[in-house]
Amino acid sequence: MGPSDLILDVRNLSVDFATHGGMLRAVHDVSFTVAPGETLALVGESGSGKSVTSLALMRLTPRPPRARLAGQARFRTHAGEELDLLAIPEPAMRALRGNAIAMVFQEPMTSLNPVTRVGEQVAEAVLAHRAVGRREALQRAEALFERVGIPDARRRLAAFPHQLSGGMRQRVMIAMALSCDPAVLIADEPTTALDVTVQAQILELLKALQRDTGMAIVFITHNLGVVAEIADRVMVMYAGRIVERGAVASVMRAPLMPYTQGLLRAVPNLAIADRFEPLASIPGTVPNPTALPPGCSFEPRCPYSVPGLCDTCVPPLEQAVAGHDVRCVRWKAVAECRT
Amino acid sequence: MSTALIGAQAAPRTEARPTTPRRRAWLRFKRHRLAMFGLAAITVLVLAVIIGPSLIPFDQLHIEMRARFQPPPIGGHWFGTDQLGRDLLVRLLMAGRISLTIGFMAMLVSTVIGTTVGVAAGYYGGWVASVLMRFVDAVLCFPSVFLLLALAAFIKPNIATITLIIAATSWMEVARVVQSQVRALRHRDFILAAEMMGASGPNVMLRELLPNAIGPIIVAATLTVARAILMEAYVSFLGYGIQPPMASWGNMLNNAQQYLGSAPWLAIFPGLMITLAVTSFNFIGDGLRDAVDARIDLI
Repeated sequence: MGPSDLILDVRNLSVDFATHGGMLRAVHDVSFTVAPGETLALVGESGSGKSVTSLALMRLTPRPPRARLAGQARFRTHAGEELDLLAIPEPAMRALRGNAIAMVFQEPMTSLNPVTRVGEQVAEAVLAHRAVGRREALQRAEALFERVGIPDARRRLAAFPHQLSGGMRQRVMIAMALSCDPAVLIADEPTTALDVTVQAQILELLKALQRDTGMAIVFITHNLGVVAEIADRVMVMYAGRIVERGAVASVMRAPLMPYTQGLLRAVPNLAIADRFEPLASIPGTVPNPTALPPGCSFEPRCPYSVPGLCDTCVPPLEQAVAGHDVRCVRWKAVAECRT
Repeated sequence: MSTALIGAQAAPRTEARPTTPRRRAWLRFKRHRLAMFGLAAITVLVLAVIIGPSLIPFDQLHIEMRARFQPPPIGGHWFGTDQLGRDLLVRLLMAGRISLTIGFMAMLVSTVIGTTVGVAAGYYGGWVASVLMRFVDAVLCFPSVFLLLALAAFIKPNIATITLIIAATSWMEVARVVQSQVRALRHRDFILAAEMMGASGPNVMLRELLPNAIGPIIVAATLTVARAILMEAYVSFLGYGIQPPMASWGNMLNNAQQYLGSAPWLAIFPGLMITLAVTSFNFIGDGLRDAVDARIDLI
């Protein structure tokens, strides 16, 4: 895949936040690419930097000096132009937000303006980027409602958010995100707040919409079941760094990083439930970002860690097999242990 | 009138009739008896000052020396006459036009100023908020009556200048209320969502933040009307406001002072009008506060 096939090419993205104790690095040197029509899953637990990464791409982190972005995020527009999302001026960025790059949120309950009718809100998103009249924008909103599977779309345009269920509200959010045919959709845990049957519906909807429009999806989640369901490639983050990335099949079937292995063991499944075994968990907690260990950040919790090797310097991200990278100096030994 | 945030979510879901936040607020307002009384009183008062003077066969400035100090309700003067034999009722109503106009206009001006300052401070935060809100604190530090009198001494008093002077001393309350509301709303998910959709700063302020802060703004505005009427009466009573022979409730009271023993109705009626107008607006304000405060729904 040549660089010209990519819609998004992020290189060495770092995000620092100013705190009372000095600068805090929330995202360390993250690089990844997304191709059109592809779904990249960003996996990690709370505080791993996955949401900050997406906010940084939208340039919605606090302004300097409260937060600083470093690196590059090259985005290819419809016209074939290459823009660095981290460098373009704010008005140009605002023109992209909700237009070429859109985002769906975790909380459909609180992401809609409670005092405005949902149809108006979707129309508002259209009006922000398209030179159309109010009536046309509302017609587009109705078409979008039908497309995201909201029954009785015309009547629902006049509903207030509190009159809709969580699933319906998330559909409204998706309709809003799709209003200007984005090339990249960033979905930040879009199904976390929904119950399981609705989750499946929303995932199906996103997959169907992707088939129709060819948009790329960056899907942020901590749910590995969802990853297997929707993603083409997966990127696992821990303490602000990428620790493993590769094709979904490869990472799910043969995880190389002990952290990913731990995450996969912690996914509930029926085999365990039948044997009444307690669900596996990873001991310890995520390290404090102000006091990261000098070596591998997972080392304090890692069952395979070797003193003097793992706790001295941060291991590089190295290619284990083609298209599958891991940040672990002992990945070969770990793989042998497992087999 | 719109309602506050939580109300939209906590309200019972009645599918039978689609209830808008506005409608629910009205239903809550209707339950507030005093507020309904206030609303009725203000409606009657406004209609009376608009229509009333044309139904009364006397002119507010017509002097009738033979009919001085007539106690009510003699000789067709239902509210009596003053020291120049002018009909008190028509003067009260004409004064009401001026007092209510000043009350409403001062409310409009101070609400616009206060809302602008409050939204800007709440939205931008940082040094913008520091500068604006410290300025609000500074203006609040002046005793407003003295500020009012000092300004009135320099400016030729008429309806417009009195309105502006009163507005200049009463916008700070609105600014504070709006700023705190907007600051609380600023980091809500739907504001971030709007920014993710590419909404510009003014768009976020006008379309997202303002509609969600409208409840407290309306409450503050209503109470400002009451305050402005009281302030106008104050300055006019002290002789710096509306000048005779034009009548305002304040200068009618001033005029009545010397005849308090012999013609008490000259003081009682303007006093009653001020009390009625001010308490009515305060009741309406209370009712609105309950109506837009969604916590009532949880009871």
